[in-house]
Amino acid sequence: MEKNTLFDKIWDAHVVKSVPAGPDVFFIDKHFIHEVTSPVAFLNLEKRGIGVKYPHRTIATPDHNVPTVDQDQTIKDKLSRMQVERLRENCAKYGIELHDLGSAHHGIVHVIGPELGVTQPGMTIVCGDSHTSTHGAFGAIAFGIGTSEVEMVLATQCIMQSKAKKMRISVEGTLGKGVTSKDIILYIISKISAAGATGYFVEYAGSAIQSLSMEARMTICNMSIEMGARGGLIAPDETTFAYLKGKQYAPKGADWDKAVAHWKTLKTDEGAIFDKELVFEAADIEPMITYGTNPGMGIKVTGTIPSTQGMEGSNKTSYLKSLDYMGFVPGEAVKGKLVDYVFVGSCTNGRIEDIRAVAQFVKGHQKADNITAWIVPGSREVEKMAHEEGLVKILEDAGFELRQPGCSACLAMNDDKIPSGKYAVSTSNRNFEGRQGPGARTMLASPLTVAAVAITGRITDPREVFGN
Amino acid sequence: MAYDKFTVLQSTAVPLPTENVDTDQIIPARFLKATEREGFGDNLFRDWRYDVEGNPKKDFVLNDRTYSGKILVAGKNFGSGSSREHAVWALYDYGFRCVVSSFFADIFKNNCLNIGLLPVTVSPEFADILFAAIAKDPSSALEVNLPQQRITLLTTGASESFDINEYKKDNMQHGFDDIDYLINISAEIESFAASR
Ligand code: SF4
Repeated sequence: MEKNTLFDKIWDAHVVKSVPAGPDVFFIDKHFIHEVTSPVAFLNLEKRGIGVKYPHRTIATPDHNVPTVDQDQTIKDKLSRMQVERLRENCAKYGIELHDLGSAHHGIVHVIGPELGVTQPGMTIVCGDSHTSTHGAFGAIAFGIGTSEVEMVLATQCIMQSKAKKMRISVEGTLGKGVTSKDIILYIISKISAAGATGYFVEYAGSAIQSLSMEARMTICNMSIEMGARGGLIAPDETTFAYLKGKQYAPKGADWDKAVAHWKTLKTDEGAIFDKELVFEAADIEPMITYGTNPGMGIKVTGTIPSTQGMEGSNKTSYLKSLDYMGFVPGEAVKGKLVDYVFVGSCTNGRIEDIRAVAQFVKGHQKADNITAWIVPGSREVEKMAHEEGLVKILEDAGFELRQPGCSACLAMNDDKIPSGKYAVSTSNRNFEGRQGPGARTMLASPLTVAAVAITGRITDPREVFGN
Repeated sequence: MAYDKFTVLQSTAVPLPTENVDTDQIIPARFLKATEREGFGDNLFRDWRYDVEGNPKKDFVLNDRTYSGKILVAGKNFGSGSSREHAVWALYDYGFRCVVSSFFADIFKNNCLNIGLLPVTVSPEFADILFAAIAKDPSSALEVNLPQQRITLLTTGASESFDINEYKKDNMQHGFDDIDYLINISAEIESFAASR
């Protein structure tokens, strides 16, 4: 019998037809849309005089551009307001389910999909957003697309894509204390670089991955794109099924049993061939932080910024330009450096487990005076749980400011911007120049490290604060 | 939507050897607020091109009149990060019709092909030849020949072939897009959808 990878199984089951010497016509089960990358797609449909083919396969929420205060009021920024209004109009016009601001399941698109049980094993999922890879944690093929492709999916439920190459990254063993799934993925990206998985779809495997909760798995798959991969996925298992059971859109009754029986077949066959295989040891991974302007520029929190030895030409120039932007020099340690902002949120680490981790850590402590600390839940549901569990109280007592759900300072399209030149240690996924506001200096880390930084006001190894 | 056909392009080029240029640099998020595809070229490389007061930064290549043309020769891993097609719209709207690099990010490359901006992947060595030639003589012209899948530095004749799949090549040459194709096979898609 032919040996297939999980990726092959799902991909091949969704190919409507293959164009000779061209891409596959690839069928999409679920399509998420938001206010920023969809308006031009809808506009073009109108210009072509065509409608939305399968509206029930698309789900919408405004997240990128929304304010995180006073969400019950009219959006002040005119352009943001227009985008959100356009999304509402388009959803109403074509009969698309919208989780609007203030509604029970409003939130970042990649947080609400899993939360609602829309995201399920074996599915193909796309969204005009590169972190669609998050949904791969359920054993789905999920990836980001451009607006032209959003238009294709709305019009035909298909896109035209060539199948990616396959890579398996295994992480074996047990994680040390204070080391989280965010550290795993920052570690992997630092090892293979921000372009190291370009052209590949990655399957994460190994005992360390299997031991992770669904939310922790989402953090890993989320950042697949930061090493250039089309997406990442993890074979579904009992953890996946337990998470999905009872969720609003998850199958029920006999359908559930049937679905689980199918989902259990969704794994890579023993002996299946990958184009590339990498293995890492969990024991080698420590709390990580980035020091540069792409997510591949990461080191141990206790480490030093690499020297330029062995670099030349544009490689060296680009590296120095990046460090110059960050205000760092090669060879220095990052630990102990003063920080101005911490941000807990985004589709990478804005879920309830992340907020629990931060709250547990800061309980009974005060944030440092030099720190402004923002917590932005990934969704209304997360916000509600954080209130009910008393986490909000703990965090507010510690001096954190809780904002309403949205992408917020992850990409700073709204007012949540880090001022120019200031340092932010952030649980989000991108440290690009200006990502969190023009001139902002972003260092990516886990929620635990961010919590430790909030308390000490400096780059800190969370394991040291644990001891106290 | 349909776009300009691409066959053979002869032009001078603008060099940007910086590596890992992400789409947040090509067009920062705060300029993604439009609901129509217009005017993105004005904000292309906004924060590299202008200071906070909106004055052009002299040392950035787009503000340097020495360089011009419809071809951008970019550094390794160009277009990484966000899937925003706005980045490609901005390049196109600014006047670029072709981007040359030794390494493109995946989604960016797809987005380019979908709107008619030709991404040409060359070897790192050939990219270096181009950078050196343009640095030495900014009026050096390139020819990008899509039917022959060949890029040539006209001043020296140095040239290299490039890959593109037949389907996308055909689309680019005729200015077709994928939706035209998909709508033509809607019966097949419908029967596939019905089986799910
Ligand atoms: S939280 Fe950040 S990464 Fe996630 S969808 Fe929003 S902008 Fe994109």
